[in-house]
Amino acid sequence: MSLRIVVTVKYVPDATGDRHFADDLTVDRDDVDGLLSELDEYAVEQALQISENSDDDVEITVLTVGPEDAKDALRKALSMGADKAIHVEDDDLHGTDAIGTSLVLAKAIEKAGYDLVLCGMASTDGVMGVVPALLAERLGVPQVTLLSEVAVQDGTVTGRRDGDAASEQLQASLPAVVSVTDQSGEARYPSFKGIMAAKKKPVQSWDLSDLDLEADEVGLAGAWTKVEAATERPARSAGTIVKDEGEGGKQLAAFLASQKFI
Amino acid sequence: MAEVLVYVDHADGAVRKPTLELLTLARRIGEPVAVALGNGAADTAGVLAEHGAVKVLTHEAAEYADYLVVPKVDALQAAAAQVSPVAVLVPSSAEGKEIAARLALRLGSGILTDAVDLEAGDEGPVATQSVFAAAYTTRSRVSRGTPVITVKPNSAAVEPAPAAGAVEALSVTFSDKARGTQVVSRTPRESTGRPELTEAAIVVSGGRGVNGAENFALIEALADSLGAAVGASRAAVDAGWYPHTNQVGQTGKSVSPQLYIASGISGAIQHRAGMQTSKTIVAVNKDAEAPIFDLVDYGVVGDLFDVVPQLTEEINTRKG
Repeated sequence: MSLRIVVTVKYVPDATGDRHFADDLTVDRDDVDGLLSELDEYAVEQALQISENSDDDVEITVLTVGPEDAKDALRKALSMGADKAIHVEDDDLHGTDAIGTSLVLAKAIEKAGYDLVLCGMASTDGVMGVVPALLAERLGVPQVTLLSEVAVQDGTVTGRRDGDAASEQLQASLPAVVSVTDQSGEARYPSFKGIMAAKKKPVQSWDLSDLDLEADEVGLAGAWTKVEAATERPARSAGTIVKDEGEGGKQLAAFLASQKFI
Repeated sequence: MAEVLVYVDHADGAVRKPTLELLTLARRIGEPVAVALGNGAADTAGVLAEHGAVKVLTHEAAEYADYLVVPKVDALQAAAAQVSPVAVLVPSSAEGKEIAARLALRLGSGILTDAVDLEAGDEGPVATQSVFAAAYTTRSRVSRGTPVITVKPNSAAVEPAPAAGAVEALSVTFSDKARGTQVVSRTPRESTGRPELTEAAIVVSGGRGVNGAENFALIEALADSLGAAVGASRAAVDAGWYPHTNQVGQTGKSVSPQLYIASGISGAIQHRAGMQTSKTIVAVNKDAEAPIFDLVDYGVVGDLFDVVPQLTEEINTRKG
């Protein structure tokens, strides 16, 4: 038996950097360093653990859609232990929204072949958290999402979804789309050996024509949503800071009372 | 008048507050038609009518509880086909966003998530969103199809607006994908008796400085003195001191209460992303250089083990 896992990953601007918008109201990717979205590292980790716990022959492919630099995200996932990578890159992809991204990813996943698609819970830039559900809808396979625990055995995926009202135990047959949360287990650091090995692992590059997609189905012009304005949030006006000299709690209570919270 | 579909989040007929906020926003765009699914669906009609629902479409079936997400998408799709709405509004919960996404794709429509405000526009509803850890505010709209928009809790006031609220049975035929993901078992969370984190008017959070699970009793006592929800930073959750469902931040909940009190939280970008839009922010931290103090309306540099109990006692005294 073999198990083909495709892990979707995103190359995002570093959240600790000074992120802003470009003139066309897309995310400015030039002025802030990019990296593999932290939340996707959890998906790579779970793919590796599924592989390590399986008697099957498991092949892990990492897939990204993004500009040239997005290769860095693939390289990181390969150095963690994924087997190979696919980079969908095309100038016409600039400005693609979540619906468009899910179209490109679904086409690439189908072309690559898969039994299990593993995603992070959301990207750390757009943070919509809708791509896993969109992929399940497009691929026509079960959606087993937001898992804090996941296991694959005998063609079945099981996992625990911790919601606000309840914790649910889920089960579905493969093929399926799974997303994992940051509670699923700390992602490993690439070892030196892993980093060296990653340099030799294959990275395939596909463009829109490889996926039988037209330019007007994606990109800013093909987006089904439009950002009309982006305004920097005004800095909060400086507040009052006091040093506790024994009355700090009472002073704070007085402030809260003055604001009618008490 | 144009109709707006509103997906009802409820527990056995008890409507959650964010749905009532959606009705307030829906009335700015058209006449709200609510869709309530699953056990107790018809019981939602009374409160929905009081808040502006002209119609309540209901459907009860075991599938809504027994299988993940897709049955609800099937039902909303059926409702959209029946009503031909000008927009579909869904509460921005984890599940709400998944339902909305799949519905949008089926309708051939664009989707906007996590709106914090919504108004009518010449080319369809305009959603305000808070992005890049709340460093920017954007105004966006859907440019194709029926706008599907998810809205965060606390984005609008709940307003009484009596309407007919006529209950109508919705006819739903489940798709062959509806039973793809089985919910094998469900363990309800124990109620703490405190408000829901994302819905609360006041949130009291603890972080690394709380220094131990047992010390969260101090945070809880302060929260209870104010009738507040309890939050925790990622550091406190990762340390195992407080449950992940209470995590405030980029990978947890994002909250926008009237008052946010941060205790022993430095204010890393991860955390700020989840609380920066709070109306009034207050912090207690030993480190005068902590970035959280850049956000506060009032800050106390001091040991939370001194300041928090004194604050709690003072609040309880003032409330008599």
